[in-house]
Amino acid sequence: MEQQIEVREGVDRETIETVQNMGSYKYGWETEIEMDYAPKGLSEDIVRLISAKNDEPEWMLDWRLKAYRRWITMTPPTWALLDIPKIDFQDIYYYARPKSMETRPTSLDEVDPKLLATYEKLGIPLKEQALLAGVTAPEGERQVAVDAVFDSVSVGTTFREKLAEAGVIFCSISEAIREHPELVKKYLGSVVPQSDNFYATLNSAVFSDGSFVYIPPGVKCPMELSTYFRINAENTGQFERTLIIADKGAYVSYLEGCTAPKRDTAQLHAAVVEIVIEEDSEVKYSTVQNWFPGDEDGKGGIYNFVTKRADCRGDRAKVMWTQVETGSAITWKYPSCLLRGNDSQGEFYSIAIANNMQQADTGTKMVHLGKNTRSRIVSKGISAGRAQNTYRGLVSIHPKATDSRNYTQCDSLLIGDKCGAHTVPYIEVKNNSSRVEHEATTSKVDDDQLFYCRTRGMDEEEAVALVVNGFCREVLQALPMEFAMEAQSLVAISLEGSVG
Amino acid sequence: MLEIKNMHVKLEEEDKAILKGVDLTIGSGEVHAIMGPNGSGKSTLSYVLSGRDGYEVTEGSAVLDGHDLLDMEPEERAAAGLFLAFQYPVEIPGVGNMTFLRTALNAQRKARGQEELSAGDFLKVVRAKAKALKIDADMLKRPVNVGFSGGEKKRNEILQMAILEPRMCILDETDSGLDVDAMRLVSDGVNALRDANRSFLVITHYQRLLDHIKPDVVHIMADGRILESGGPELALVVEKNGYADLLKKHGIAEVA
Repeated sequence: MEQQIEVREGVDRETIETVQNMGSYKYGWETEIEMDYAPKGLSEDIVRLISAKNDEPEWMLDWRLKAYRRWITMTPPTWALLDIPKIDFQDIYYYARPKSMETRPTSLDEVDPKLLATYEKLGIPLKEQALLAGVTAPEGERQVAVDAVFDSVSVGTTFREKLAEAGVIFCSISEAIREHPELVKKYLGSVVPQSDNFYATLNSAVFSDGSFVYIPPGVKCPMELSTYFRINAENTGQFERTLIIADKGAYVSYLEGCTAPKRDTAQLHAAVVEIVIEEDSEVKYSTVQNWFPGDEDGKGGIYNFVTKRADCRGDRAKVMWTQVETGSAITWKYPSCLLRGNDSQGEFYSIAIANNMQQADTGTKMVHLGKNTRSRIVSKGISAGRAQNTYRGLVSIHPKATDSRNYTQCDSLLIGDKCGAHTVPYIEVKNNSSRVEHEATTSKVDDDQLFYCRTRGMDEEEAVALVVNGFCREVLQALPMEFAMEAQSLVAISLEGSVG
Repeated sequence: MLEIKNMHVKLEEEDKAILKGVDLTIGSGEVHAIMGPNGSGKSTLSYVLSGRDGYEVTEGSAVLDGHDLLDMEPEERAAAGLFLAFQYPVEIPGVGNMTFLRTALNAQRKARGQEELSAGDFLKVVRAKAKALKIDADMLKRPVNVGFSGGEKKRNEILQMAILEPRMCILDETDSGLDVDAMRLVSDGVNALRDANRSFLVITHYQRLLDHIKPDVVHIMADGRILESGGPELALVVEKNGYADLLKKHGIAEVA
């Protein structure tokens, strides 16, 4: 009897989901699953509770408490060109975990089928032969290892054994704290210090999970690694922490994806990503950020307040950030590069789309400290609807960073006449042998272009997607193949309803 | 095939009549040319037929193979078989010519309920057509019309025409900005596409294009109307005497 009801419910749910999915945001459904919550609000007790839930050692708790005590003295930054509604930090759940995750599954087979189904539906099957959505490749041709984070916990990580053979550690950060304390102690907070900014400090106090990667010296990671973040629970903040260490001469390409259900109330996502890059090593970090952007009137959506930074510590270290920011109600994010090693290189490729009532203030910081360092910034901002989109970037060349170079290209595209595009570059050059170039353009999607496409048979939305994809091409080309396809269709989806 | 009846058009923004009763019937496989002085309404006719914003049809009709064109979106007109070769083809930075062509062709096929072409099949079609039109592969890889010479842009329009295989082609001053050699290349392309099932409306200022693309019927347009229609010889008369005599005959003040 119970079985029957379950099936019927399932059918009904599917129908509802199908209807919901007809809107432009494909990932707006939620998984019905029993959750354990920490009590709402933030206090030392909550910090202790999060630490206890993760079975953390004393030193980790102390680290968190130190951050918490600093955070309560801080105020949120106000310099961005964003209109951020006041956030009641006591009205948020800081910890939400599916009940079925109470005893940690030791393998993917033990993970709650409902959770696996959630990722399956998102196009991220947690099976070890699987690829990301949108690509069908012959089996075994190209593999991607996934760490799946659901609200506050990591539900599973694929391909761990295969990676371990190469000496690569890929696991959740909570596990790394328990299993690899020496690495975590050495590197956590070494790129983004606890005191860095309001949201990073908050994250340091309450982060619940995230991914940890260590690539040993001389190892080229045998497959791409990825983390998929899903916010599911209501009124819950997600505070993940990612730590990636590429030891001398190592290489890794890392992908990050994110989605959340459609809700009327806004939700906070305050993540920290730290990347340590030693001598002669290289890290590529790609993000397709597709958090729920809120509805057409700006109701609901994710506040995406994220601190991401890569530290090129050794000579000839290289980092490349690529981001496609299409979701979130508000984005405040500046993936940065500290170019400390001589001859180190930082690159930042960004597409930021803001439609309807979305606001984005995003860009990068290139801090040149070592000699002969190079950086390149290519930013493509697209504004539609009533959205405001700001590129904010710092290029700082220090006195000792002689013979360094930066090239910045910053293009904005406007669709319609009620949106805004802003470019705020900060440039500081403190020696005479370095060279900095900055190019910026602002253009509108041209009616002639759209008409031309339409006389060839494309409908208006197809035409806009084509023109915008053309505008973004340099950045799309910088993405790994799996993401490039996904990003291309995402660009089209995000701009649905932006014309006419 | 195409039947335009008593078409009156004014600009949406201002109360200015541009077309004042155009009648034109083009049969299957026919090539018609429209000549006329600047400001006669030739280009407006091509825009109105293809569905550009900014014009209001106050009277009359345009029917293509039984489809009421004026009631359709530009992309629906395209799927119904209408093609406009632009006087000034538009540049689309970052979009490869191949991508553009494939998106367009598949959009039309989809609209007609046909199966979309795979990348591989499409490639074969494009290569064959490009070769027939003497278009080198390099042009297919470049972004749509970006950095193309005047001649390349017009040849690209003809390539699109060859791939989309429309029933009714409108060429809006395709000869403008072309040197003699480029004009020959473009004309050869058009002539290769002449077919008993395909019709052309060639809009031009000058008779010389019609030396290459031989029309069945020539119309002289001025002041928003077709003043006279005739055979190819009519174009030669205009070439020799200019429009002044014709305008005077029909009581139209010469436009500066």
